[in-house]
Amino acid sequence: MTPHTSSRRLFRWRPDQQWEGYLFILPSFLGFLVFIVLAVVMSLGISVSEWGLTGFKGFAGLINYQQLLRDPVFWQTSWNTAFYIVTIVPLQLALGLIMAVGLNQAIRGALVYRLIYFMPVVTTIVAGAIVFRLLLSTNGPVNSLLASAFGLFNLPFSAPNWLGSSQFSKWSVVLLTLWKNTGFTMVVYLAALQGVPRELYDAAHTDGANGWQRFRNVTLPLISPTTFFLFIFQMIGAFQLFTEPFVMTRGGPANSSLSVVQYIYFAAFRDIRMDKAAAMAWVLFIFIFAFTLFQNFMQKRWVYYESE
Amino acid sequence: MATIGASFSGSPTRLSTPARIGLHVLLFLFSTIMLAPFAVMLVVSLIPNTAFLARDFSPANFSLQNYVRTFEAVPFGRYYINSIVVAVSVTVLQILISSLAAFAFARLRFRGREAIFLFYLATLMIPFPVTLIPNFLIVKNLGWYDTYLALIVPSLFSVFSTFLLRQYYRGLPLDFDEAARMDGASSLRIWWQIIVPLSGPVLATLSIFVFQGVWNDFLWPLVVTTSETMRTIPVGLAAFVGQYSTAWDLLMAGSVIALLPVLVLYVIGQKWFVQGIALSGMGGR
Repeated sequence: MTPHTSSRRLFRWRPDQQWEGYLFILPSFLGFLVFIVLAVVMSLGISVSEWGLTGFKGFAGLINYQQLLRDPVFWQTSWNTAFYIVTIVPLQLALGLIMAVGLNQAIRGALVYRLIYFMPVVTTIVAGAIVFRLLLSTNGPVNSLLASAFGLFNLPFSAPNWLGSSQFSKWSVVLLTLWKNTGFTMVVYLAALQGVPRELYDAAHTDGANGWQRFRNVTLPLISPTTFFLFIFQMIGAFQLFTEPFVMTRGGPANSSLSVVQYIYFAAFRDIRMDKAAAMAWVLFIFIFAFTLFQNFMQKRWVYYESE
Repeated sequence: MATIGASFSGSPTRLSTPARIGLHVLLFLFSTIMLAPFAVMLVVSLIPNTAFLARDFSPANFSLQNYVRTFEAVPFGRYYINSIVVAVSVTVLQILISSLAAFAFARLRFRGREAIFLFYLATLMIPFPVTLIPNFLIVKNLGWYDTYLALIVPSLFSVFSTFLLRQYYRGLPLDFDEAARMDGASSLRIWWQIIVPLSGPVLATLSIFVFQGVWNDFLWPLVVTTSETMRTIPVGLAAFVGQYSTAWDLLMAGSVIALLPVLVLYVIGQKWFVQGIALSGMGGR
């Protein structure tokens, strides 16, 4: 940094503020060094070591990573997590947007609706998972409703075993996550919708665009930066799903709802395979990073920025 | 058609009566789905398990008996104290530490400032599971396992909070600092008596964001605590499920006990909660 060449006042170096600057960031920087920087370095180190109950036992190279490739449970959890991402992210964006568009109308009670939709967001997820265990139990309220609905319309279906079958356990987790998080998506979308200038709608209206066309050609492009952000945000969240399957299904039956982070937890703290768990955490990180970069690259195709 | 279509455009238009009724039906349906789990929780918490399984909701069955039994079975009072101690300490200290650093990054001029800040930002992408295991080992080696220190200290250092406050502090006019310095005020005084009082709203929203994040956090307290007396509410509640997996009456009473204070606070301070939690989402605007 060459202070004297900078004309920006903010960047001018002040000798008297040199030590003060360091003092102000000191508490933050020490914690940052230990719990973030050191932790990341350690995590990488553990993932290429043999690390047991007593700690470091020797350098292991990429053995932990190779073991993952041969571990069927790791593949199962990767598939489960992929399932969570491709279901939760689009469903949540769509539902959140529908709610936000509905609440952005001039209707009575919009504030009450918003209060209700956002309630699950402030709820402790563990409590949410416990209620969903009850709601989705074999003789629970949801199945009672389904059974009577099937009976009413004479449909040849039987109510599913939500939590106890490999077929439906992942859907149970998806339902809980949608209930819990859609209100968040709705609030962020609502803020974006309120930022769309009215004149644009009036102009489109004058040009004869109907409601759907205005939504498709005015609203959607203008809120696309928010969609992009929510997409990335929810994707990263879905990659790291833990509490929902942990409390609701314990990852079962037969690992059918076990998420990657849950498997990391079990590997590290139940099986005491911290080396394997650290390797998994890094694989997860690489995937999150790659997908975020990819989306960032793809956004040129569908995200509209006003300044361009 | 055009008026019904207007409800899809996302624009705040005055709707026709049929469109408005249709919209209310839809919004009401969503409300029912969102509220049903809370309603079920409350009703089942007030009746015996046998009555729930028989779907017998006669008024005679309703009582607060389950709450009494839940408090006898589980030290919820202790969980509450733990959660409050941890969430309050983390919120206050994290914001204080972040604010000090953010002030330096935004308003003091020193060598290496931009480089250090970039270093901070570079770590924003690192997901929690990567640092989980080493932080557990660090905490254990410091002798903090199963103590408040383990629950509090590692959460005090937030790049996100620092970043957010720095953005805000950068927006305040530098003339304030200059004028105060003329009068002989130290940097510490400028921070505490000028910058902090000027950032009331952002501090309030950030506090709620941090507080509810810590309050609802599950994985970290699960990993660093083992004794019942050190559990926070989510961890205690999850352990409760392990012991009473289908005793719905007690589980629902426990869930209500865990949720009620937060929900009451939310209903009172809705605006702040929504802003605070949506804070992480406002990056998209």
